[in-house]
Amino acid sequence: MKKTILIALIALTSIGVKAQNKKYISAMEKNVAELDTTRDATKLQNLANNFERIAGAEKAEWLPNYYAAYCYVNMTYSTKGDMIDTYCDKADKFINKADSISPNNSEIYTIKSQIASARISVNPMSRGQKYGTESAVLRDKAKEFDKTNPRPYYLEGTAYFYTPPMFGGGKDKAKPAFEKALKMYETFKPASSISPNWGKRSTEYFIKECDKK
Amino acid sequence: MARLIALLILTNLSIQGLFAQTKISGKITDQKKQPVPGVNILIKDSYDGGTTDANGNYSFIANDTGEVVLAASMIGFDPIEKKIRLTGSDINFNTVMKESLNELKVVTISAGTIEASDEKKATVLKPLDIVTTASAQGDIVGALKTLPGAQQVGESEGLFVRGGTGTETKTLIDGMVVNNPFYTAAPDIASRGRFSPFLFKGTIFSTGGYSAQYGQGISSVLALETQDLPDRTSSTIALSSVGIGVGHNQLWTEKKMSAGFDLNYTNLLPYFQLIKQTPEYTRAPQFSGGSVNFRKKTSPSGIIKFYGYFNLGDMGIKTLSIDSTNGFKNLFDINNNNIYTNLTYKERLGEKYILNIGASYSTNVDKIKTWTDTIRSQSDLTQGRIVVSRGIGRLSIIRVGAEYQYSYDAFKIDGRNSFSRYHRTSEVFDNYTAGFTEADIYLTTKLVWRAGVRAENSTLINKLVFSPRTSIAYKVGEFSQVSFAYGQFYQKPDRDYIFYPQVPGYNKATHYILNVQRVDDYHTLRAEIYYKKYDNLTSTLNDTSNSGTGYAQGLDIFWRDKKTFKGVDYWISYTYLDTKRQWLNYPKEVTPPFAATHTTSIVFKKFFTKLNISTGVTYSYATGRPYYNPNNPEFLKDRTIDFHTVGINAAYLRQIGRCFAVLAVSVGNVIGNEQVYSYRYSYDGMRRSAVGPPAKRFFFVGLFLSFGQDRSKEVIDNNN
Repeated sequence: MKKTILIALIALTSIGVKAQNKKYISAMEKNVAELDTTRDATKLQNLANNFERIAGAEKAEWLPNYYAAYCYVNMTYSTKGDMIDTYCDKADKFINKADSISPNNSEIYTIKSQIASARISVNPMSRGQKYGTESAVLRDKAKEFDKTNPRPYYLEGTAYFYTPPMFGGGKDKAKPAFEKALKMYETFKPASSISPNWGKRSTEYFIKECDKK
Repeated sequence: MARLIALLILTNLSIQGLFAQTKISGKITDQKKQPVPGVNILIKDSYDGGTTDANGNYSFIANDTGEVVLAASMIGFDPIEKKIRLTGSDINFNTVMKESLNELKVVTISAGTIEASDEKKATVLKPLDIVTTASAQGDIVGALKTLPGAQQVGESEGLFVRGGTGTETKTLIDGMVVNNPFYTAAPDIASRGRFSPFLFKGTIFSTGGYSAQYGQGISSVLALETQDLPDRTSSTIALSSVGIGVGHNQLWTEKKMSAGFDLNYTNLLPYFQLIKQTPEYTRAPQFSGGSVNFRKKTSPSGIIKFYGYFNLGDMGIKTLSIDSTNGFKNLFDINNNNIYTNLTYKERLGEKYILNIGASYSTNVDKIKTWTDTIRSQSDLTQGRIVVSRGIGRLSIIRVGAEYQYSYDAFKIDGRNSFSRYHRTSEVFDNYTAGFTEADIYLTTKLVWRAGVRAENSTLINKLVFSPRTSIAYKVGEFSQVSFAYGQFYQKPDRDYIFYPQVPGYNKATHYILNVQRVDDYHTLRAEIYYKKYDNLTSTLNDTSNSGTGYAQGLDIFWRDKKTFKGVDYWISYTYLDTKRQWLNYPKEVTPPFAATHTTSIVFKKFFTKLNISTGVTYSYATGRPYYNPNNPEFLKDRTIDFHTVGINAAYLRQIGRCFAVLAVSVGNVIGNEQVYSYRYSYDGMRRSAVGPPAKRFFFVGLFLSFGQDRSKEVIDNNN
């Protein structure tokens, strides 16, 4: 009798864990899918809130924090001035949490690099040097932690793309970086249905832009 | 056994509990009853929650039961948490979120203060603006002269602010006094500031009514704050039409410590051979110098900084004597040695306290030769400073500080007149102590009141004085505020008078300032009216005394616009000044020679992104200034012609491999019109000569190379 109850209990608990895991995966899948289709600030704010809630409930998972940060850094592109810093501060908060859960993670360093370059646009003249360097250092770390991750190469392409040729940037230098990224995207397999898998379409878009005269 | 069954029942109950759902809905508004969209409202540690829509409404289903925490958060608002009980019956929860404190939403004391900073957001200028202002030629004071309140004085160095003299503006580096902030120069030729604008991350130019932290400047304070650790290791090379320079800054890993040096040599001889100068130089100005710096982070909030500067300079000049009819020329030959050192430590103590300690030693020796005299003049300053600040609540702060300065001034003259040789020496010591306390009290986020008092004593004058200071600022709109400042200021008499047998006492000024300003991301509009009363000015009319008096009143207007024209940033400043003073040998209150009634500057900058060329034009105008004409019975009644000058500059920037290159060209007074600062008359008043710039135009070409050890490809990311 004792045994039966014990087994029943264990079974119940493990079903609970499985159910919980399934709930996590399905909640994440739903939001990640929506993330792929939007650049709208209001929708991004909604998604950031959803990821923040999941992060609050699943304290051992880095992905909800990662995606919350990803939402906020993307929100910087539709605002300007001090609001960029405000979003970056928020993105920093989430990505640092993700970093503490999963250290030396290439995807997390990719977002960190992206946040640093987003901060440049507040005042390129005075911030270019500081955050440009910081972004490049973080990007190199992202490459080092996972040699198959195409996203740091995609970011490198955008950095070249938006830097004027006389400062060492330009389309000519951006294109090979994007092409390398695209090649890597062809073979890149995300670890799970909810792992980071963004950037391919943007890479293709930028390659076309690089060809424009 | 029974326990296990009980547990099982409980588990089942709780599992069943999961299916009791509670609908939570409501509306979230701000303090002005406006809806707040985008708020994340949720049950803590659960998946359940929602986001408010454009009308601030939200609604979601909570799957838990029992006591939970309902939390709401949104950027720009203070988060809210509330314990609620979920039973399955609907909950309606409406709440008001308070806007969180934000630097831009909080009022700041702005009367009399113009700040350039990268760190603070609502500032009039950025440090880079100082470097890119045409006409400034890379000189901090040159750039500040385009701001309202400052005069276009060309015959003497320094900032002449609101009817004050150049020596009434005190220069500070990290809170420590700089006795000789300008290169030593020949009479009637203004010299540049000694310190490179690249050294500083923040510049506060105060045109009056400043904090009790500052003393010994009755008109103005220029407070410079040095850089913290650099972003990266780098080396620099500078080649220009006037000299060469090299430098290196090393940043150690972990970014906790850095050290650097720079060496430079300037010689104007080749330039003077090319561009004819009005005065006859027996020795063209020549400077060799350098600096060292060391910075170390002692903790996340603590930093030690050392800065040491030295410079040797010499020049000789011959000018036609106005009293001579046979072409006799006066000689002025000078050698200058200058050392300035500054050591500061800043640390946070606990949650509430911030400690600032500083020490500085500086010395300046001038050796001057004329046909008849050999003069050696020395001034040394040793100082220490401590300031403790304590935060009160979220915004208010109290500062208490003490300063001690030991100064040594000496001169020695070996000379001769028509009859005999003479020899004179004099030495003066002074122990100056000061203490201050000041509080910034935020009555609300929109209203701040600053009250402070400074006590000062100089053993040379042997008198303790107290100067009260106060200011109040009120935010009237999202971007606008009004402020008022009042203060009393004391200053020791100028160095020239401390050697007198009877040393005059402190000079005094009382300031009243009313300021209105509106600052958003792209525009700045400031208007300030002020009244300043001078008392106890040094008078030499009968004997040296403090019987001098005076006043200054006026209006300063500043407008800056970075948006209207694409890629163009411009500012316009206008200064109206009405001032009179009786001091030195003035028989009555008159407008002094360093005050123009109307002054205007227009600074224009444009960056050509495609060409990578930044360009600038500065136009400055000032109405004629008084000069002394012995033939006019009315003292200082004559006025010079109006002053106009146009400066232009251009810089071409380019990254070549790891090297970042800037090629800069600038021309001072490009139109080459006549400029008269004043006139000097012969003793008999029969002849006069105009005092003006040493050449009509000034040309500068420089190449600056910077080699970064780190990645520096993305120097300027153009994605805005």
